[in-house]
Amino acid sequence: MSRLFTRRGVTTGLIAGAGGLLSGCDALGRNETFRKILYSGDDANRTLQRLVSDRNALAREYAAPEMSPRFRTNGTRNPNTDAYNALAANDFADWRLNIGGLVERPLNIGIDRLRSLPARTQITRHDCVEGWSAIGKWTGPRLSMLLDAARLKPEARYIVFHCADRYRGGTVPYYESIDLIDAFHPQTILAWAMNDAPLSVGHGAPVRLRVERQLGYKHAKYVMGIEAVASLAGIGGGKGGLWEDIAGYDWYAGI
Amino acid sequence: MERQKRDGKIYRHRLPTRVWHWVSAVTIFVMLGSGLMILNAHPHLYWGQYGANYDHPWISFSRFPGWATIPSTYNLALARRWHLTFALLLAFGLLLFMLVSLINRHFQRDLRIRAHEVAPRHLWHDMKQHLAFRFHDPANPGAFNILQKLSYAAVIFVLLPVLIGTGLTMSPGIDAAWPWLLDLFGGRQSARSIHFIAAALIVLFIIVHLTLVILAGPIREVRAMITGWWKIPEGEDA
Repeated sequence: MSRLFTRRGVTTGLIAGAGGLLSGCDALGRNETFRKILYSGDDANRTLQRLVSDRNALAREYAAPEMSPRFRTNGTRNPNTDAYNALAANDFADWRLNIGGLVERPLNIGIDRLRSLPARTQITRHDCVEGWSAIGKWTGPRLSMLLDAARLKPEARYIVFHCADRYRGGTVPYYESIDLIDAFHPQTILAWAMNDAPLSVGHGAPVRLRVERQLGYKHAKYVMGIEAVASLAGIGGGKGGLWEDIAGYDWYAGI
Repeated sequence: MERQKRDGKIYRHRLPTRVWHWVSAVTIFVMLGSGLMILNAHPHLYWGQYGANYDHPWISFSRFPGWATIPSTYNLALARRWHLTFALLLAFGLLLFMLVSLINRHFQRDLRIRAHEVAPRHLWHDMKQHLAFRFHDPANPGAFNILQKLSYAAVIFVLLPVLIGTGLTMSPGIDAAWPWLLDLFGGRQSARSIHFIAAALIVLFIIVHLTLVILAGPIREVRAMITGWWKIPEGEDA
């Protein structure tokens, strides 16, 4: 490493010297041991945040005039698979949400049933990992109500959301996961409405997760199934989410 | 408290100060590079609670070039790993340095700003001394001059705490735990803007700091920050 530093520093002067240090950082970022240290920040930040947060501490809720005039879409704008298009053509009347895995009583419910459940409406800020924020109004039942109805088995540790949108040329389905602290948080809802209208395709129709104390990529859109698991190891690439698997994003996105 | 003197040298920087200085040098370098890469993901800054593509940024950048970012090619995930891991070192390092510097009286002894020093006449005099490349009071060459004290105090007590505070305000988890941060900085997007401005001021500080180190004698100054012992320049008496 040090040879790289000095060679670059001598040949290309001060700015390029900084560039040499930076490319040293590139090499470090590829080094297995150093990567482990860098990646340990994820656990450290989660532990520290949980230490200073009440498990039910609420994300700020805003007043209607504070909402973004226009809420941009991001990620998948339309899953555009045959199966999804068929559901959308019928206004999601045939959509069924399966809640299974480590539960005593698996559930399978349609969109009308979901919309008839007691719902929470919250105006919250959506923070994207890219840096932008948008404020919108979300309506849907609390996830905890559904999990209580399905009765988690004691060994359940995480809740996984299986989605209709696919990445990598249609081969890899989107999925996300959260732990039970966030799953049972009062503001964690399955939103079927946004800004007082049924959720649009661009924003995740018919249902998306809202997990308000984390960044946008955790808020799974196009939710098709919910699975309670003891470990994330066997799912997808094993890191708890599509972006975690393919891009190396932190699993804990509270920061 | 008298400083130790030996063979025309003064014991100027104690061990905790030196360790913190070099840890910070590395940490701030990493934070600036990875921060610019994170900004590349959405290089627009806004005021207020929200701000995205349909809103009006107060400033927009084209992408920062690879020589200025960590990593050098676009990778938001890896830049965040660098930034958020080194942030722990920066924040807890500063906290520890502040505690130690209160206990060993570094702050009270070396950084205390006295009323007569900030009188316009004294500031003007110090400015003229700087322009003449005279950086040390011949009567007390080991002491920091007032411009030094003001800039060090601004970095330690204003810029770094503001960077840490606005950084925390960008975290949705911390905003739930400490919602007063959103009020203090005027919203997440304002915090993001202030974070950038404070980082730019740190860059300005580094440029001035390195320039003055070079003008004041880079070998003497760097050696002092490594060993603690600062050689008194010729013609100045301790």
